[in-house]
Amino acid sequence: MTAFLTIIIVLFVAVAIWQMVKIFDLAQVGVSNSQIATDNDNKINAYLMLAFLAFIYIITIVCFVKWGDLPLMSNAASEHGSQIDNLMIISMVIIFIVQTVTQFLLHYFAYKYRGEKGKKALFYADNNTLEAIWTIIPVIVLAGLIIYGLFTWTSIMNVNEDDDPLVIELYAQQFSWKARYGGNDNTLGKANVRLINLDNANILGLDESDPNAQDDIITTEVHLPVGKPVLFKMRSQDVLHSAYMPHFRAQMNCVPGMVTQFGFTPTVTTAEMRQTPEIMEKVANINRIRVEKSKELAAKGEPALDPYEFDYLLLCNKICGKSHYNMQMNIIVETQEEYDAWIKEQKEFKDSLIK
Amino acid sequence: MSTHADTHAHEDDHGHHHKETFVTKYIFSQDHKMISKQYLITGTIMGVIGVLMSIMFRMQIAWPEEPNILFEALLGKWAPGGVMDADIYLALVTIHGTIMVFFVLTAGLSGTFSNLLIPLQIGARDMASGFLNMISYWLFFLSSVIMIISLFVEAGPAAAGWTIYPPLSALPMAQGGSGMGMTLWLVSMAIFIASSLLGSLNYIVTVINLRTKGMSMTRLPLTVWAFFVTAIIGVVSFPVLLSAALLLIMDRSFGTSFFLSDIFIQGEVLHYQGGSPVLFEHLFWFLGHPEVYIVILPAMGMVSEIMASNSRKPIFGYRAMIASILAIAFLSTIVWGHHMFISGMNPFLGSVFTFTTLLIAIPSAVKAFNWITTIWKGNLQMNTAMLFSIGFVSTFITGGLTGIILGDSALDINVHDTYFVIAHFHLVMGISALYGMFAGVYHWYPRMFGRMMNKNLGYIHFWVTAICAYGVFFPMHFIGMAGLPRRYYTNSAFPLFDDLANVNVVITVFAIIGGAFQLVFLYNFFVSIFFGKKAPQNPWRSTTLEWTAPVKHIHGNWPGEIPHVYRWAYDYSKPGHDVDFVPQNIPLKEGEEELQH
Repeated sequence: MTAFLTIIIVLFVAVAIWQMVKIFDLAQVGVSNSQIATDNDNKINAYLMLAFLAFIYIITIVCFVKWGDLPLMSNAASEHGSQIDNLMIISMVIIFIVQTVTQFLLHYFAYKYRGEKGKKALFYADNNTLEAIWTIIPVIVLAGLIIYGLFTWTSIMNVNEDDDPLVIELYAQQFSWKARYGGNDNTLGKANVRLINLDNANILGLDESDPNAQDDIITTEVHLPVGKPVLFKMRSQDVLHSAYMPHFRAQMNCVPGMVTQFGFTPTVTTAEMRQTPEIMEKVANINRIRVEKSKELAAKGEPALDPYEFDYLLLCNKICGKSHYNMQMNIIVETQEEYDAWIKEQKEFKDSLIK
Repeated sequence: MSTHADTHAHEDDHGHHHKETFVTKYIFSQDHKMISKQYLITGTIMGVIGVLMSIMFRMQIAWPEEPNILFEALLGKWAPGGVMDADIYLALVTIHGTIMVFFVLTAGLSGTFSNLLIPLQIGARDMASGFLNMISYWLFFLSSVIMIISLFVEAGPAAAGWTIYPPLSALPMAQGGSGMGMTLWLVSMAIFIASSLLGSLNYIVTVINLRTKGMSMTRLPLTVWAFFVTAIIGVVSFPVLLSAALLLIMDRSFGTSFFLSDIFIQGEVLHYQGGSPVLFEHLFWFLGHPEVYIVILPAMGMVSEIMASNSRKPIFGYRAMIASILAIAFLSTIVWGHHMFISGMNPFLGSVFTFTTLLIAIPSAVKAFNWITTIWKGNLQMNTAMLFSIGFVSTFITGGLTGIILGDSALDINVHDTYFVIAHFHLVMGISALYGMFAGVYHWYPRMFGRMMNKNLGYIHFWVTAICAYGVFFPMHFIGMAGLPRRYYTNSAFPLFDDLANVNVVITVFAIIGGAFQLVFLYNFFVSIFFGKKAPQNPWRSTTLEWTAPVKHIHGNWPGEIPHVYRWAYDYSKPGHDVDFVPQNIPLKEGEEELQH
């Protein structure tokens, strides 16, 4: 019944808008018989073009002031992150300049050269010099961006095995993450989803006869020692997922049937990051919002929201099904000592099996 | 050429002897003008559905998991108690994308205006094959119907995103929508592709063979150039999507392993071995990327034409415009990998695709500067079509510029699949192409229906739409840069994003207003068909051939002989003429020189 009523109401609203438009339409009869722009139309719309230019500038400024303090665009927590941020800032500056200038020219010309009866436009069809200028300038700018971008990309994606990185497998499934450490030998044991045996808790399909697999450690949280290169090997058991670690400027898809990888070096521990002014401000702001929200919830008799504390996150960023929106895992960056203490407490694979 | 003209004139005489019935005139018509109207109206209906879906999922993002009577009414069992279900959210996102990209901006835009304008602007009696043209439309209609039917299947419509990456799209146990819903989606798209190919082949043949006497390739209006090149891109890339769809159907229904390997789901190991989802991504984007140019090039062509006509100035840099269309078309087929930088493909490939992708900015910049120069020192007639054309250039620049971030593999790592991407492609190809389509409708409406649309309603439509478009998509850049992933049913699972909730409300409010004001357009469009002011022969005083044809539609377009062409399409405000436009069918005056373009 409510459904029916809603449809009726929506229909009425639509009819009402339709009728208002119709009244507007009929009211103009006699005002102007021509449906072609007159000098007056040209003038009004020309001024609106200027106003629209102002609107574009204002919305740009408002967005930058209100939402432009992007802790995820500065404050990178990985070694290569600042390279990406620099390139991002350079690109943004170029975009900002080009956007400001071209939008000005477009809308200002639209205003300035508004049509008037008796005016004659300039017959100006071609100019090779101009064409050359605005071909060559983008070529130069883009050549710079391409070269800078490619150097950055290559240095990020090149994994240097000589650094002896800590190897960690990120294992994705609908809708959770697991991490697997290589253990004492820092070597991941062989694995395939065909070897998964839920009866003896071999949940990631490790090869139980592989000596390298015996000391592997499977966890539901990623701990990383600060300053040590880490190489993630991604695996998925069912559909595509994407391991997105925005604070580290890192992302790689997890593809069933193959192993993908992404390496970086974390540079800021979780504890240090929580103390940076950007994050403190962000967290304080979020907690203000959560307190407000909690008041609303309390009024409805629902439990209040927990206060938020900052943690690095691993998010799924490739559509993977119903609970895609809640597929996450905490990443904790800590000192080597803290990391050593933590890893010692974890169960090795051979001990985690149910015999 | 003249032989063609004569034979067609002959056929035309012939045609008049047959009495047209209601069915042959309005339903199974082979007349390009009627087929273009059929495309436009079908595309408009699909557009209404697509926009309505976007408003529903925007409401869910702004007010997550709150009961909404609109959901309860429209979604039925998918919104128990008025709270939208997570599965249907993904389905809405998926079908919105599919409908807008393919059914509205490919078929609705290209199908409408290629059909209407190619024969009229090149001086042909009709398309090369009226029959294929009719089949093309009806296949499109059939695919639209199947897509709509897929919304009502028991387990829900396709919900794997419009890119339908397997394994999610291949396994019904991974997602409800990957059952019957996905089967219908694939069947619908296969038929759609057949329709698109028939249309494209027809456009190519028509442009090559049926140009009237004097209509050399360098005298063609830029609209026809754009439609022509678009059709070529379509013929090159759409079959690849068809093959991807067929292979996916094989994997789904016949147990092959093209895209699937090593899958453990819901407690069991599946038999698939040796396939790769990355292969599907390659095949999909081999069409998927050219597709955005299939969408935007016709809009670019129409905007060029409308801007020149309403500026009363020749388009600036006609040859550079053609060259940039060709450059874009060529580059568009070798950049698909920029959707896959982090798909697991070799990083070296990422470098190659970064290089080719950023190159595309060069012809795009040339076009933008040429449009701006076209209006410089013009005598701008602010008709609605002109406003939408200026709006097109504005959103094309705003959206296009962020392409240098997304096309750069190093930067893509961090904004890939976030709202930054949504902002980018909606502005650069969604809103821009939609503006191109609106501009085309307002401009050629008199040609299609013999009546004028109301200009004041047009102005209201434009200004509200323009503000809302920026209001919706501009802030999205910022929530994207804050790391918010797309296709999240709700952001409440991440306290990290709590401070973005108010931005999402602002965006949704703009979306609702913008969506509601499209009713102004619909009113103007449908009412003007019957009650609009009768259109004069050449209301915008344009130079192209379509305005020399009689207002009343006749089969064969021109009574008697078809016009011959003596000059290019952009003789606006040419010195030495009394009027500020010289149509293409007016011979050069004595001593007048044709521009060496």
